[in-house]
Amino acid sequence: MFDAVARNFWFLMGGLGVTFQLSVFAVSGGILLGMLVGLARLSKRGWIYHPITAYVNFLRNIPLILVIFWFYFVMPILMGQAIDPFPSAVISFIVFEATYFGEIFRAGYQTISKDLINAAYSTGMTYWQTARYISIPIAFRRMLPSLITQSIVTFQDTSLAFVIGLQELVRRVSIVDNLEVRSIQLYGFAALVYLVVCLVGSRISRHFEEKGRKANIL
Amino acid sequence: MGLAYEFDWGVLWRQPYGLWLLKGVGLTVIIGLSSWFIALALGIFIGTLRVTSYRILRFIGTFYVEVLRNIPLLVQMFFWFYAGPMLFGEHLGRKINHINELNIYVAILCLGLYTASRVAEHVRAGFASIHRDQYQAALSTGMTQMQMYRYVIIPYALRLIIPPLTTEFLTIFKNTSIAMTIGVAELTFQSYRIDAETFHGLEATTGAMIIYFFLGMAVVKFMGLLEKRFKIPGLVGR
Repeated sequence: MFDAVARNFWFLMGGLGVTFQLSVFAVSGGILLGMLVGLARLSKRGWIYHPITAYVNFLRNIPLILVIFWFYFVMPILMGQAIDPFPSAVISFIVFEATYFGEIFRAGYQTISKDLINAAYSTGMTYWQTARYISIPIAFRRMLPSLITQSIVTFQDTSLAFVIGLQELVRRVSIVDNLEVRSIQLYGFAALVYLVVCLVGSRISRHFEEKGRKANIL
Repeated sequence: MGLAYEFDWGVLWRQPYGLWLLKGVGLTVIIGLSSWFIALALGIFIGTLRVTSYRILRFIGTFYVEVLRNIPLLVQMFFWFYAGPMLFGEHLGRKINHINELNIYVAILCLGLYTASRVAEHVRAGFASIHRDQYQAALSTGMTQMQMYRYVIIPYALRLIIPPLTTEFLTIFKNTSIAMTIGVAELTFQSYRIDAETFHGLEATTGAMIIYFFLGMAVVKFMGLLEKRFKIPGLVGR
């Protein structure tokens, strides 16, 4: 039943490895840049707020595939030489996903009430102590489920690097399918792999959501 | 930086490229709208399944949503396009493969099925935000379950979920770009095609980005009008 998958198992698993690699870069880079984007979106300084808001609003209206292509076209011009699909994909994903992570961070920062901060100050904590021990841990716990969900979305999105020829899972499945012509089992297998990983991810997300609700912080 | 690149923005309007982009926009809009109707109809149906009092129906609804949301759209697109016809057996499958412009139909169907799973989630959330009394009031006037949903709950829930549906409507236009992978000549496909012909993909994709942006703005404007038109008096104050 899964004969074509079995014959090419390690080739396909190598593709899954690339998928995971790209996901790790995209998620960690997206979260780091997203933290800054979230801060900028709450900034009272116009010269920070307006350009970043324009960047977020623009990119959120544009298909990811197009962003992937755009960076793939622009990178060789900037570097003056041909570029591998992988670094190009990593950059496009970070720039794109940071707008989504940024909105999560913005919402998370906003849930910290003024009263809580003032209470911390009144115990004699400094600004950095308040951030380190009060606002960041609480905001982080509140954001965790959304961050995990967005990471799952990013994991699925990495399949789009297919279009610039990156040999991730879907690209390798299509290579094998061109030789073996076993579309049902091969694409069925790819679907199953994504389904299992994403279901596990959303279980984890739900676990933290429940935990947060029990601890009464959500 | 070795900026030896010479920009040629003319590819955005010079013939035949300008016409390609225009045709691409047309197809993007057609696919987006057609699949939106499927997504809305099926999404409302499945969202309703998930809140009925029948366990088996709830299970079917949940199963549908969980499976379609957790598989990348690209994989679904390939599955329906390459494996879909084979599912009908060899004879019928070959006939289906000979349908003219099969990829466009597959794209519409696939995008509709996928977005339905997302719409269903919003519909379910809309139902959940309606107070219990509302259900009981409807039943106490002598309505059946069917009538209660048809005349009270669904019209009510639909208005509540217009804002999240706006996001989905926006997303469906962005997701039409994935149809390029099965050879549908929509906007992203055309901008890539211009690159293949002229090596000026940067200008072509930049142009396409701006078009998508304005398309998105138009959607938001339209949904804003809809929201105002169907506002429930005194309920969702903005």
